[in-house]
Amino acid sequence: MNTDLMIALPEITLFALASLVLIVDAFSKDPLHVWTYRLTQLSLLLTFALVITSTPDIAFNSSFISDAMSSTLKAFICGITFVVFLYSYEYLKENKSIKGEYFVLGLFAVLGMMIMASAYSLLSLYLGLELLSLSLYTMVAMQRNFDSASEAAMKYFILGALASGMLLYGISMIYGLTGQLQLHDIAVAIKSGSINHSYLVFGMIFLIIGMAFKLGAAPFHMWLPDVYQGAPTSVTLFISTAPKLAAFAMMMRILVDGLLPLMADWQSILMILAVLSMAVGNVIAIAQTNIKRMLAYSTIAHVGFLFLGLIAGTATGFSGSMFYIISYALMTMGCFGMVILLGRNDFEAEMLGDFKGLSERSPWFAFIMLCLMFSMAGVPPFLGFWSKWFVLKELVASGFVELAAVAVFFSIIGAFYYLRIIKLMYFDKATTMTAVKSSKQMRMVLSVNGLLILFLGLAPNALMALCLSALAG
Amino acid sequence: MITLPEVLSLSALIFCISIAGIFLNRKNIIILLMCIELMLLSVNMNFIAFSHFLGDIHGQVFVFFILTVAAAESAIGLAILIVLFRKKKTINVDDLSSMKG
Repeated sequence: MNTDLMIALPEITLFALASLVLIVDAFSKDPLHVWTYRLTQLSLLLTFALVITSTPDIAFNSSFISDAMSSTLKAFICGITFVVFLYSYEYLKENKSIKGEYFVLGLFAVLGMMIMASAYSLLSLYLGLELLSLSLYTMVAMQRNFDSASEAAMKYFILGALASGMLLYGISMIYGLTGQLQLHDIAVAIKSGSINHSYLVFGMIFLIIGMAFKLGAAPFHMWLPDVYQGAPTSVTLFISTAPKLAAFAMMMRILVDGLLPLMADWQSILMILAVLSMAVGNVIAIAQTNIKRMLAYSTIAHVGFLFLGLIAGTATGFSGSMFYIISYALMTMGCFGMVILLGRNDFEAEMLGDFKGLSERSPWFAFIMLCLMFSMAGVPPFLGFWSKWFVLKELVASGFVELAAVAVFFSIIGAFYYLRIIKLMYFDKATTMTAVKSSKQMRMVLSVNGLLILFLGLAPNALMALCLSALAG
Repeated sequence: MITLPEVLSLSALIFCISIAGIFLNRKNIIILLMCIELMLLSVNMNFIAFSHFLGDIHGQVFVFFILTVAAAESAIGLAILIVLFRKKKTINVDDLSSMKG
């Protein structure tokens, strides 16, 4: 019993600290909530330290697992959220809308993500997912003075709840057929071959629909652009980064740990979703004028790419997906960081036109944005190129050559709208010459963020090796 | 004696009604919230039926968790609804279309 608690120590610590932050914030009279913010960042750092020192084990009646994949993902979730909060704090300070609840809900969302990464039964997976989703719905709606936020929150809530319902229906079918909730037992029960295959596929389809909704894969992507556009940029930044890692963990747990014997079936379903996502995401993104909306469609396209590694169906393929989603989270974090940097009080730099002539206003940040956009488009030597290369290499190695060709075709289409931003920054006249100003911290972290994309692109082996070792065995 | 397929058919029917309610309803957001509750209840019925016929208690435990989460979920849903109504003075589904593209 005692050891069970030790295995879940990072989660338990984070929960205690999040509650502490909630209490501290309730008594704080500081309009800037400095201590709430500092304590939040400290809790994330402490959790990060506990995660990287954790040992692999299974706890709580096999419903909680701590393995290499979960610790790697959890470490990245904490690290990414740390930077996200740093950007958000700048944004909220600039807009004079700092609320302590933003950080408290953020911490609870991180807790939900960590539980998702460590879930080893469908029940704990569901609870982690709901903790994450409920926190996110509230965060989107929190900024009540923001015009479209409540509409975005409502759409997010309705479709998120629909997704949970689908997922639960799938869980109930799988439970009824196998009599198990624990993922490993489910795999064993399916492998025994005594269960009707078509019923299992029926349940699995609902699970996949639920997960596709949560990830925003086409044709279940309707909520994503509206939520990205409608939510305050600080929240969009949060939604678009760390939860994607958690959603990837959820897919790995359900499809690989639980439903591996049904691989041939989920491969063909994911193939349809992947091609549709890449097509819809890349083609519709071209028509966008709002950068938040454009990045939303780019997310959809990237989710399609993420599926390709899973379709490859080998341990290295799954590592490829993990590499892809981690590098995607780092890139998109930088992009929304740029949107925050360019915004000022009562002005959001969310239109593509706001990037016009950025190279005159701030050559350095134009360069950072250039790194991010080239990386998103998959131009070597940036990180985004290696993540695409890794996934495609594994896909071809597993014999899906046509699918890889389709993926390359759509990423060439996708390159257009990333390169358009670079054109706007370097070749168009600036509409305003106001200097880009923000705090030293923000400039520094954003620069590191952008340069990281470049350096990891020049030396991708360390991160690749990390992802490979996380999923070996 | 009620058999398992009968219960499953009923819950599948309720599930379909709730999905249809979400997609066909164009009038009122509160009806959407009701549909979501209905969907979770149909899943609960599935779980209880399986739990009973398998003689396994885990399904019923799961139902308790779903009920708790559903309560939290509808609380948040109604809170968002109030924020939305204050902002837009309407809860008509068709009016939720300020963002396009």
